[in-house]
Amino acid sequence: MSGEFVLRMQGISKRFPGVHALDQVQLNVRKGTVHALMGENGAGKSTLMKCLIGIYAPDSGTIEFNGQQVSIVNTHHALSMGISMIHQELSPIPHMTVAENIFLGREPLTWYGLVDMKELNRRTRELLGRLGIAVAPEKKMVELSIANTQLVEIAKAISYESSLIVMDEPTSAITEAEVANLHNIIRSLRNRGVSIIYITHKMDEVFNICDEVTVLRDGRYVGTSAIQSLSHDLLIQKMVGRELTDMFHKEETPVGEPILYVRNYSGKRFRDVTFQVRRGEIFGLAGLMGAGRTELLETIFGVHPRTSGELYLHGKKVEIRRPSDSIRHGFALLTEDRKLTGLYMNATVRDNISIANLLRYLRGPFVRFRKVAADCERMRQALRIKTPSLQQKVRNLSGGNQQKVLLSRWLLTEPEILILDEPTRGIDVGAKAEIYRLMVDLARSGKAIIMISSELPEVLGMCDRIMVMHEGDKVGELARGDATQERILQMATGLNLSTANA
Amino acid sequence: MTSTAPPTTPASSPKASPFSLVARHATRDNVRAVISQYGIFLIFGLMVIVASFLSPAFLTTTNIVNVIRQMSIIGLIVSGGIDLSSGSVVGAACVVAASLAQIPDRAFYPAIAGSPVVVAILAGCGVGALAGMINGLLVAKTGIPPFIATLGMYTAARGAAMLYTTGRPLSHLSDAYNVIGQGDFLSVPVPILILVVMAFATHILYSRTKFGKYIYAIGGNEQAARVSGINVGRYKILIYTYAGMLSGLAGLVVSSRIGSGQPGLGVGYELDGIAAAVIGGTSLSAGGIGTIPGTIVGALIIGVLNNTLDLVNVSAYWQQIIKGGIIVGAVVLDQRKNRGDR
Repeated sequence: MSGEFVLRMQGISKRFPGVHALDQVQLNVRKGTVHALMGENGAGKSTLMKCLIGIYAPDSGTIEFNGQQVSIVNTHHALSMGISMIHQELSPIPHMTVAENIFLGREPLTWYGLVDMKELNRRTRELLGRLGIAVAPEKKMVELSIANTQLVEIAKAISYESSLIVMDEPTSAITEAEVANLHNIIRSLRNRGVSIIYITHKMDEVFNICDEVTVLRDGRYVGTSAIQSLSHDLLIQKMVGRELTDMFHKEETPVGEPILYVRNYSGKRFRDVTFQVRRGEIFGLAGLMGAGRTELLETIFGVHPRTSGELYLHGKKVEIRRPSDSIRHGFALLTEDRKLTGLYMNATVRDNISIANLLRYLRGPFVRFRKVAADCERMRQALRIKTPSLQQKVRNLSGGNQQKVLLSRWLLTEPEILILDEPTRGIDVGAKAEIYRLMVDLARSGKAIIMISSELPEVLGMCDRIMVMHEGDKVGELARGDATQERILQMATGLNLSTANA
Repeated sequence: MTSTAPPTTPASSPKASPFSLVARHATRDNVRAVISQYGIFLIFGLMVIVASFLSPAFLTTTNIVNVIRQMSIIGLIVSGGIDLSSGSVVGAACVVAASLAQIPDRAFYPAIAGSPVVVAILAGCGVGALAGMINGLLVAKTGIPPFIATLGMYTAARGAAMLYTTGRPLSHLSDAYNVIGQGDFLSVPVPILILVVMAFATHILYSRTKFGKYIYAIGGNEQAARVSGINVGRYKILIYTYAGMLSGLAGLVVSSRIGSGQPGLGVGYELDGIAAAVIGGTSLSAGGIGTIPGTIVGALIIGVLNNTLDLVNVSAYWQQIIKGGIIVGAVVLDQRKNRGDR
């Protein structure tokens, strides 16, 4: 490890309307090291990296790269200086080939000026071969599995021959063997003097591959340490801060009779899934990206058609063809992407809360607004929604409060079974704790809750039972007492498929 | 290019299936792939056969040439994505070109009339390119949706064309100019030559050059294109400019064919163009999909349809209704196809 810094970011601040995303953050990366950037969702890791590669302009602060102060205006500029990034959330260009995606913007040309497809494919084959990735350069991206898509994104970032590579959750969708391969690649890059900023939620990987760790919390800099001076627990403590002990207000609530029985359900991206949920229970669904969890629950809710299987409520078989059927039967679904499928961003808090319930507020053709307002006010107080008034547009609320508005909407329908898909994604720690408290309250009042979450601490902290899925199959079920982070990860990556199925 | 994939793709299901089952799946997938890839060409072939049964006049040479003559005009407009202004740009470009190509003693603008035909051609294409560049600048620099930007140009370009001739047609064009739309070269009509040359050039441009790769990339995922270091704004301006230039060229052909530059020419062409692109497999819902060969076939389908319906005496009103139905049907099929992708 050399003492020389390849990157020094000092005093970086960035505000968005209503959020102080970064507040005087620093990040110093030594040459030829792997530097972990850790923090909970919403801690500011991705924002900081977007400031680095020129997607955002920081409001204040300085960036020094290779000893020179720079101001990076766009990603092209960052790439030309030798900074590349594996983007976690960016999907590739679906109808172009693997080779075209990797060398986009750097296509080799023939002497008469056309793109040299042969050379393009040859270079890609050579690159993928060197990295040990078994994907044909001529394949279109849409035809690849999610794991291979991620591997191609990794290959692309490496192909720039940069001196600094940012990897934002590069292993969220790939198997253990592929992770091991990636780590070997990272080691050889490091030996050649390349520096890597490694963002991940997986503790093992940090201790396995990283030299130093910088921790962010709620947009602030917490500290930087050498990995040898840290333990698992110490690192988690730094990330979560004081909230660690009282984050999950989990109470053992009495679990009642089974309400929902899903039998041999199959549909797009999942096969032959059977499970039961009881009254007063919080039932968790764990798995990697693309495991089919969202598709399963959306199919149960009636958003997509199923190809086979039966569904029983209170022991009676029911037929759900569309969401209105399931709502009538007492289901409620909080979608994964609030903005895309949940909230009307330009409508008021009141309208957003009442939209799924308008029928019951009708007198003749007219909506009884006074009754609507009273119910919304009740919800606002019960869920502690922070908004100046019910007439406020939802757009102007923070992520946590938006989530509460959505939750209010579904609670007004008085559901028996509440499906929550990533209920705390992108909201701050305080709001998270309140959502957890609400979940416990709801369970205690006798509702059944099904939760999808990609954050294992959340799953472990909140759920009474956890079902793990892998590429569309149910791998197994764990009781609260038996579940550990390692066990779930093993199952989710399909490692012990044979044993768990027994 | 699209060779069949090797059957070594790892099966996602860990359960081993009997080999015969796998093979049957594979062939069924192949058949589906062929249909979705070449379906539009099959439909075209079917239409030609049906049409020749319905009307014995269909397969005569004059009729085929007639179809392609019509199509050469639509085919040129097709290549620009959503561009509502292309019909109006045809009008604007053709009056400017015609004013230069008029016989001087009967000209509307005597000072410039009688210019060499090359000047008229360059001016027509230039007017189109200029209008397209303005579209591109609006889209790239202000961030307004293409629909709105080109809707503005749709109205403005038509107005400019009317203003330029005070609403009158410009006739008495030079013989040299009339060759563009009426002449033959080695007994092939010139418009067909123009269509073939431009279609080939544009096909190469879109599929084999950097420019082409980038516009597909921007259509497929603009943000990903940006972080790959592509200057998205510049390529947007370029593609609109190129589309405008093609509209200008279409204006030259159509005005030369009727021997008169009229500010009202090209009304409704933008919709014919969009329809041909959509029928030819260009996706309006997901960007980055669509090819020139597909578009040409789409244009030919509309042409054959028009022609057949004419020949079997279907009224013009019914023809419009049928065309509308076909366009919507094509988009429904397209959505069904793309939903399976991801």
